[in-house]
Amino acid sequence: MKKLNRIAALTLALALLLSLTVSASAEGFRTLDEIKESGKLVIGLFSDKKPFGYVDEFGEYQGYDVYLARRLAEDLNVELVPVSLDAPNRIEFLQSFKVDIVLANFTYTEERAAQVDFALPYMKVALGVVSPDSALITEPEQLNGKTLIVSKGTTAETFFEKNYPEVKLAKYDSYTEAYIALLDGRGDALSTDNTEVLAWAIENPGFSVGIESLGSLDTINPAVSKGNETLLTWINEEIVKLGAENFFHADYEATLRETYGENADADSLVVEGGKIE
Amino acid sequence: MQGLGINILFKGINFQRLLGGLWVTLRLALITIGLSCVFGFLFSLLTLSKNRWAKAVSRLWLEIVRFMPQLVLLYIVYFGFARLFGWDVDGETSAVIVFTFWGTAEMGDLIRGSLTSIPRHQTESAAALGLTQGQIYLHVLIPQTLRRLTPQAINLCTRIIKTTALVKMINVTEVLKVGQQIIGQFYRQPDAAFWVYFVIFLLYFLVCWPISALSRMLEKRWA
Repeated sequence: MKKLNRIAALTLALALLLSLTVSASAEGFRTLDEIKESGKLVIGLFSDKKPFGYVDEFGEYQGYDVYLARRLAEDLNVELVPVSLDAPNRIEFLQSFKVDIVLANFTYTEERAAQVDFALPYMKVALGVVSPDSALITEPEQLNGKTLIVSKGTTAETFFEKNYPEVKLAKYDSYTEAYIALLDGRGDALSTDNTEVLAWAIENPGFSVGIESLGSLDTINPAVSKGNETLLTWINEEIVKLGAENFFHADYEATLRETYGENADADSLVVEGGKIE
Repeated sequence: MQGLGINILFKGINFQRLLGGLWVTLRLALITIGLSCVFGFLFSLLTLSKNRWAKAVSRLWLEIVRFMPQLVLLYIVYFGFARLFGWDVDGETSAVIVFTFWGTAEMGDLIRGSLTSIPRHQTESAAALGLTQGQIYLHVLIPQTLRRLTPQAINLCTRIIKTTALVKMINVTEVLKVGQQIIGQFYRQPDAAFWVYFVIFLLYFLVCWPISALSRMLEKRWA
């Protein structure tokens, strides 16, 4: 009993220490001028999520997000420093100022917008659900009592928790692990952005996207640390400017076309100049 | 190319990347193990000390290490320090700090355990023979302690090597992260994951097996 008390006291002390860590966030982000001066733009990217952010067989970052990251660094006339991150710690990287910008298929949500600042969108998505052809899921209600695979910290996780509480969620740390779980049959279906599941189903015979668009239309935006006005304003101006030259369509052709096939309509995904019709 | 997922390991410089990742894993583990041995010895002195405060500090340290997951400690050092104090510690340094913090306490406790497990009469007999305190340690206690310590210390070393896989969460691209990047790139190949993880399994085995073989050899020789 004595030992238990001691452990309890210790836990409390640590919890206090941790809450201190969380509450005392200093103004540690780098302004636009500081970035220019340092000659380096640090951008958080996915490194295992083709075709948005991945590392190719020569160790080079590639993908739709990376294409934009390169252009941003180029227009600032600085060197791009990529930082590899995973879905669950994207916000953490910004809040601890480890990166200047996150370009990692980052969907805008109210909860996230309270913690980081989103710039104008450069892509749009809804949720999709992919399942084996032998037991295709076409309505979200079919999932009640079944196991749905999601990646931790994604829109799919919060959407199903809120709207379909009877669906059992199997949560994985990375997309790689989540897809492997589906292939292994450790769940009845997998849900994440429709772009993702559509592309994945094309490449994996025996699986189809039974639900192509679920939840509200979401946008993918660059994000910066809360309050980093100078950088946010610059990114927004940049996105408008790039829209004038149809930059994101070029980005789509270079990075996404191969994945979604010749017949796919770029306009169903691409957002130019930050404007959603 | 279905069913030939092993080929993706040799596309471009993928295999060199995996070996590069393994080197990151090994470098981290070696630095950590080295530091843990040195500090672990000092830590054992702390736990054996008669000073109440020294005892309390070592006790607290050990408890923190035991009930805090290493991943939480990594996040505190990598993200928490940056937020709280504005200290920008890079991923690899964070990893060395956290794993050394952990290894020191565990190694220190193992040393303490091995040392105190040696029966009292050994010290007393040695003293009765007229050995000085230094001689007792050198000829009686340390050799026996080392013998008792080896299997447990080796076990800790292999655990440290395997735990380094967590650093992929704080932007250190070690062997497992490289593997996931390769799988992510070839996600269209259904057996990609199998081959990549199989090779990573082999790499870990090639690193950890010789270490436990060495431990077995030492145990036999000293028995």
